[in-house]
Amino acid sequence: MKRYTISVFTENFIGILSRITVIFTRRGINIDGFTASESREEGIYRITIEVTTSEEQIIQLSKQIDKIIDVIKAFYYTDEQMVFQEIALYKIPIENLDPGLERVIRQHNARIISAEKDFVVIELTGHKEDTQDLLEVLKGFGVLEFVRSGRVAVAKPMETIDKYL
Amino acid sequence: MEYSKIRGADIVIKSLIAENAKYIFGYPGGAIMPVYDALYDYVDQIKHILTRHEQGAIHAAQGYARVSGKVGVCIATSGPGATNLITGLADAMIDSTPLVCITGQVPSHLLGTDAFQETDVVGISMPATKWNIQVQKVEDIAPAIARGFQIARSGRPGPVLIDITKNAQVSEGEFNYVPCLNIRSYKPYPKLDDKAIQAAAAIINKAERPYVLYGQGVVLGKAEKELNAFLEKSGIPAACTLLGTGAISESHPNYVGKLGMHGNYAPNMLTNKCDVLIAIGMRFDDRVTGDLSRYAKQAKVVHLELDPAEIDKNVKCDVPILGDCKESLEKLTKAVDKKTYTSWLEKFRELEAEEKRVVVGNDLLPTKEGLTMGEVIRHINEFKAEDAILVTDVGQHQMVAWRYFQYNQSRTQVTSGGLGTMGFALPAALGAQLHDFNRQVICVVGDGGIQMTIQELGTIMQTKAPVKVVLLNNNFLGMVRQWQQLFFDKRYSFTELENPDFLKIAEAYRIKAQKVEKRDGLREAVAEMFIHDGPYFLEVAVEKEDNVFPMIASGTSVEDIRLS
Repeated sequence: MKRYTISVFTENFIGILSRITVIFTRRGINIDGFTASESREEGIYRITIEVTTSEEQIIQLSKQIDKIIDVIKAFYYTDEQMVFQEIALYKIPIENLDPGLERVIRQHNARIISAEKDFVVIELTGHKEDTQDLLEVLKGFGVLEFVRSGRVAVAKPMETIDKYL
Repeated sequence: MEYSKIRGADIVIKSLIAENAKYIFGYPGGAIMPVYDALYDYVDQIKHILTRHEQGAIHAAQGYARVSGKVGVCIATSGPGATNLITGLADAMIDSTPLVCITGQVPSHLLGTDAFQETDVVGISMPATKWNIQVQKVEDIAPAIARGFQIARSGRPGPVLIDITKNAQVSEGEFNYVPCLNIRSYKPYPKLDDKAIQAAAAIINKAERPYVLYGQGVVLGKAEKELNAFLEKSGIPAACTLLGTGAISESHPNYVGKLGMHGNYAPNMLTNKCDVLIAIGMRFDDRVTGDLSRYAKQAKVVHLELDPAEIDKNVKCDVPILGDCKESLEKLTKAVDKKTYTSWLEKFRELEAEEKRVVVGNDLLPTKEGLTMGEVIRHINEFKAEDAILVTDVGQHQMVAWRYFQYNQSRTQVTSGGLGTMGFALPAALGAQLHDFNRQVICVVGDGGIQMTIQELGTIMQTKAPVKVVLLNNNFLGMVRQWQQLFFDKRYSFTELENPDFLKIAEAYRIKAQKVEKRDGLREAVAEMFIHDGPYFLEVAVEKEDNVFPMIASGTSVEDIRLS
């Protein structure tokens, strides 16, 4: 078992997300992370899916995804073959604010992106381990809410989608 | 150029006509009524067959598609009409049958409100379709149908569902049908790699015991001639899968029989003795391979396949040849040496003789009192036409009929292979017959399966389709009973059926019918069935507790195949 990222380039077609996710549910594979956005090409969407599975499975999964009519191409990568980031937001109460919070923010290269009457929102971008570390530390300050995005990733191999258009 | 405006419903019908659809199998209802209203004006250009259930409609469309090689067309209303198509969609998906199904949907403004007969058919049918779409605007109807036909019939074929809201059917738009030839994200025919052909030929030319397994891909790819040519030059023995049956004639000298759980003894057994396995247009279904960890481990595997997702899915191959097998077989034939494998072929014949001695003799020429399914098929062979089409349901009769029916040509075998859908045969036979009223269509069915879609006798009556229905009645869900006997200690849990008087049912539908209970008269009854002009219903009371052998028990290896 290993962590893989599948990068899917699709047409903007209603239902495409369901068609893709159904391939995972059918095989009983959990999706660890999921993001979707427009790609460099206008009208072509890029979906990034993170899964933990075997190499054999990941090959089959990407072939099955590739087979979907409105999918232009699906690639799969190991973590080493990708540059990726995740963003996390932490909502911390400011009543009885501990002065140590500033140091924590500096140490983790995080930043405050919003300060309200009752709370601040801290943002950190990085790998899951980084955002998780900060969460553990911030728990000491009281975390009202925490959210982490799926990964956004670009591949290191130089193959691009152009070849498939 | 200006086009006069017509209703969306008319666009639906005119698009189907533009795609040369000859038949629509369907059932009307509220949300599809505008399309039915439009249909009324085009009855001279396209024929609608009113089945008695939407499942009947889609299986009939499948039967039609399988024998004609064309796209089967099916129409149903929203809600229950649409959900009744699901079994047929799943069946067509797993058996790669090209279908375009059109469903009516509640008006756009009611979508998502739990309106009367509203169901999310696009959501429900998603995993059971090659592609599906909901159309809410009149101008999107023709492009969706054009795209649907292209997707259904190209590459590895499959079913498509197009859900059209009622407002789109009744609003007016221009009709200018443009066939769909290219879809950017869809590459149905991978480019053949000549290096793969050379690599495969190198392995094949060195082989001592090469072995060909061919499946429905050969039929779908219209590569029957190319397969024949390949076998003739290479001299390699060849066995077929259930759906590949008929791709080459069973009288071909290289033909060695059928693969799978109830296939022949030699082809299964010797899978584990060959040194090179050449799979052509087949997907190594578990009913063919049995236990994968003990399947052809000694062999180098060459896989000719159109669908990249099938490569290495079940059996890892040494040389994948991705592409249309018509083209790859032609090139491979050029690259292989002309050879014969007399002693290797002889091994198949030896085991075949063993199977004949232990199994076939008793099946075809029984000495016991009870009638066997095999002897009924023997008599069918005696009287059937050379190009007769056999449609079967699912279960013991399916396997026996498959084993003993003489298939002489391609597209004469119609059955539910991958999904194993009981109730498939009767409507599928109707669809097969509609393709050509002059061909013999024989529907062999069991007493369990026929009762799942027996209402389609009504459609046979109404269309006068001269289907010859042969009901092999053992008053049991025979295949399940066989498993209960062999693997569940004879605990016959809910497999015995108290059946109606089938003759009265057939006669109520004004179909000529006869019942045979003894060997005396069986041959004459079969003969009479074929002589009769029009549909015929022949019920044969067969032995209650006969088993189908050979058999590879579930989860065991192909070489564990047992003869009794």
